[in-house]
Amino acid sequence: MSASEGVAARAVDVWKSYGSGDAAVTALAGVSVELERSRFTAIMGPSGSGKSTLMHCLAGLDDVTRGEVWIGDTLVTGLKDRGLTELRRDKVGFIFQQFNLLPTLTAEENITLPLAIGGKKVDKAWFDVVIDTVGLRDRLTHRPTQLSGGQQQRVACARALVSRPDVVFADEPTGNLDSQSGAEVLGFLQRSAREFGQTIVMVTHDPNAASYADRVIFLKDGHIVRELLSPSAEEVLETMKHLDDVAVPHA
Amino acid sequence: MLKATLKSLLSRKLRLVLSALAVVLGVMFVSGSFVLTDTLQRSFTDLFSSAFANVDVSVSPKKEKGKQPEPLTPADISEVKAVPGVASAVGEVEGSARPIGKNGKVITTSGSPRFGFNWTGGGQEKIREGRAPQAEDEVVVGGYLASTGGFRVGDDIALLTLEPKKTFKITGVYEYAGGRDSLGGELSVAFTEPVAQQLLLGKKDVYSSITVTAANGQSDEALRDSVAAALGSGYEVKTGETLAKEQADQINEGLKFFNYVLLGFAGIALFVGIFIILNTFSIIVAQRTRELALLRSMGASRGQVIGSVVLEALVIGLIASVVGLGAGIGVGALLATIFSSVGGTSLQLAGIGVPMSAVISSFAVGMVVTVVAAVMPALRASRIAPVAAMREAATPDRPLTKITIIGALVAAAGGTALGFGFNSASLPLVFGGILVAFVGVALLTPVLSKPMVSLIGRLLSWSMPGLLGRRNSARNPRRTAITAAALMVGISLITGVSVVLTSATKSIEKLAAGQLQTDLIISGEGQVEGSPATFKREVLAEVEKTDGVSSAFGWASDGVLQGDDQMFAVAVTDVPAMRTMFALKPKSGDIAPLRDDQVALPEDLAAEKGWSVGSTLTLQLAKGEPRTFTVRFIWAKTQVLQGALVLPESASSGFRSDRIGQAFAQVRPGVPVADVQKRVEPLFADNPEITVQDRSAFVKQTTSQFDTVLLMIQILLALAILIAVLGVINTLALSVIERTRELGLLRAIGMRRSQVMRMITVESVVISVFGAVLGLAVGLALGVATVQALKDQGISELGFPWVTMAQYLVVAAFVGVVAAILPAIRAARLNVLDAIAYE
Repeated sequence: MSASEGVAARAVDVWKSYGSGDAAVTALAGVSVELERSRFTAIMGPSGSGKSTLMHCLAGLDDVTRGEVWIGDTLVTGLKDRGLTELRRDKVGFIFQQFNLLPTLTAEENITLPLAIGGKKVDKAWFDVVIDTVGLRDRLTHRPTQLSGGQQQRVACARALVSRPDVVFADEPTGNLDSQSGAEVLGFLQRSAREFGQTIVMVTHDPNAASYADRVIFLKDGHIVRELLSPSAEEVLETMKHLDDVAVPHA
Repeated sequence: MLKATLKSLLSRKLRLVLSALAVVLGVMFVSGSFVLTDTLQRSFTDLFSSAFANVDVSVSPKKEKGKQPEPLTPADISEVKAVPGVASAVGEVEGSARPIGKNGKVITTSGSPRFGFNWTGGGQEKIREGRAPQAEDEVVVGGYLASTGGFRVGDDIALLTLEPKKTFKITGVYEYAGGRDSLGGELSVAFTEPVAQQLLLGKKDVYSSITVTAANGQSDEALRDSVAAALGSGYEVKTGETLAKEQADQINEGLKFFNYVLLGFAGIALFVGIFIILNTFSIIVAQRTRELALLRSMGASRGQVIGSVVLEALVIGLIASVVGLGAGIGVGALLATIFSSVGGTSLQLAGIGVPMSAVISSFAVGMVVTVVAAVMPALRASRIAPVAAMREAATPDRPLTKITIIGALVAAAGGTALGFGFNSASLPLVFGGILVAFVGVALLTPVLSKPMVSLIGRLLSWSMPGLLGRRNSARNPRRTAITAAALMVGISLITGVSVVLTSATKSIEKLAAGQLQTDLIISGEGQVEGSPATFKREVLAEVEKTDGVSSAFGWASDGVLQGDDQMFAVAVTDVPAMRTMFALKPKSGDIAPLRDDQVALPEDLAAEKGWSVGSTLTLQLAKGEPRTFTVRFIWAKTQVLQGALVLPESASSGFRSDRIGQAFAQVRPGVPVADVQKRVEPLFADNPEITVQDRSAFVKQTTSQFDTVLLMIQILLALAILIAVLGVINTLALSVIERTRELGLLRAIGMRRSQVMRMITVESVVISVFGAVLGLAVGLALGVATVQALKDQGISELGFPWVTMAQYLVVAAFVGVVAAILPAIRAARLNVLDAIAYE
């Protein structure tokens, strides 16, 4: 099976449950989704809907109980630690809610860390483009503790982009930011998709954040229940409000 | 509050184990020392009470200080026999007798005596096989000597006594009550009485002591008193019980010293342990900042926070003490067993006991050490402002100015104490000064750690994981510093000792090259029951006559009493030969042969005593009345014959033994020394304890004892270093926990497990090498200071053990790699998702 042209990552009938027997909790119940290349996709849903689990499974951070996950041409499901590590290093970028920068490294060193770990050369031209886009040119020699939250998250974004991964996964990237810094980061993610063709998948529960995306997928109780294309924040909010009314198909 | 503390403690079991381990090891060392020495002491007490089991009362000549007692005579025995209440009185002859094994080498023991005695048939020895000796050339041997040397009834055995090698026929083997081969690993042999007297005491019809048994109904004490009354003064009359106690006490005194040495090293180990615990608690408090601040914000007082940390320390200290005591009992018992069975001592062990001193010291040491180490972190914890709870615990680097100033002051104080200690030759002041200096240097390490760590790290960080490891080790200077300082203590002590020993070796070598103008040195190998082996004056005369020898001289040596002062004296056969071979220069008077009533001495001894040429001094030699000598000459200070009086050869008649203990020969120019050595050696064929060495062999033999000393110290300090390694593991493990999220992130963005492990390993090696470099530097300083202080004691040269030091550095790097293994595996196994979500 080869990946369809134009699909950066996809899940095929993915099931994920935790625990066993009576205590088993099903987080994902047969999710199938294709994430198109060069698009900014948001995954939304209430707490416990399985949106974070879906992202973790897509990114190879967590294994699936059943089904298959693909990133580009690579079948993620079944990869051993080494394969997963290389996948994460070469094909995936991450942005976390907690920024997760290394305090011992400067902003620049943090940004180029994935390349350094993989022993790769930094593409200077691309590095400059990324730096200028996130506006960190004059902050490169600073340590994370000397940066504001918004700046730290922009460093994290630059780190995710600098190795030109197939997909960037962002987990509540604005969760720890004030609205202005959050808007900057979201604007930057949007531009990355539009101008550089970077595939971005973002998990969020903030309708406003989701409104920056090209496509919004709604999850509930482990199922994909709705989907919107380039919605406004209001549309997203409305949809969220009425998610309770959507019947969840029983497996 | 109590419940919260205990719950928090239990929830961090790993941390508990790691921080307790350092205390456990230290306490183990302490209690193990006590258990070992206690067991050995009781074993020796048992040994001597069985050795004197059949002695009711014993009579021996009275010992006067500095004088050799006159032996007892048959008349004394008759006199004792006539005392009412005496059932029997037997004359005992006892003296040194060293058996020569079938391989021609003298059989040695590890400390147990080798002796011969007269077979009286009345002792506690029972013939196991064969019969008692009857002819002059017959002996019976103890079961232990028979089994050690592979001797059987009918075999020949060669023995060294006061006389050179003599061969006897073994007519029997004896044993002790219960079929035991020996009482305590001693090698003994019994002769007929006249032979024993001649060979062991050097005279016919003399006895070492008289063993008296009491008639029925007579108490030992009453018998002792009546025998003493009958004999009058000039005799020592004691009950067997008293004798047993006295002899046991003498050995136990030595064991006590041994115990102090062990406790000293245990102290060093515990001192290192304090660093580790201090560090552990500092890290724990840092990690518990939120928890403690939360408690504060809910109204807990500062006192309660301090109490909570100290309580945690107390619990850890208590557990560690109990475990350490248990382990110490095991180790002590194990060592006692090894001691009693290995090395031919075959001491019958008394049951393993746990002395009160072991229990008390274990708990005192374990609890005090832990609590002391926890107080500082506890104080710091109490200063945490409640708001810190809510903030991300971003504790900025506290400035190091204060700690650096304090460290410099403490180090200076330690150095001063050390200096005073050297000047006043006060050992406590020296050791105290060293410990204080260590604390001072430890306080200075945080400042040093930044430049040093980046320097060491640069050598190791050629890849990204290496760079991260290096940065991590520079991240918390205090933590790295304390961890490294713990390693510093052990390494600096070893280095210091190495410097002193290397300097001593170099001094001896220089001395041999400069002042020892002698080609051959003839000396007794090892110690024979307290004094080196000796040979007859006639043999020295033969050496002088040997083809190729231009001159030779020797001396008999003994302690002599001048007033109440014990002094070392040598009776030299040929003063001019000595002058040439030792390159002696006169300070006053001229170096010429001494008349029978003349004495010579070195410059510093003369100055100390206020003697000059023409002074008269009265010396009490071991035999005879005090003699008066006039100072003939005083020689300029040299390294040989330090503090010795040189007496004329005739004075040796007053020594315990007039035999030659050491001799020196010069070879005619142009004659190969090795050839002459080959011609001299056969003169000592009957005396295998005497060796003939050329100068370099002699120097090697003299300096080789330093290697043994160094090895012993290395073994004893190994525990301190082991504890320091635990400290490195501890620091790394706690750092791994602290940086869980970072590790998760690194794994998430594609760092391989092997790279994670490399990162941790680099951090570990950087810390270890930093500790080793510090240790080498401090050790060098300590060593140089000690050598300076010992300048007058014969260590004139300064030598540096570069090779040894390089080895320590390599070992430290290796230790770093080993210490990283467990933390690195733990870090590599972290679940990426859990790690990122970790708070």
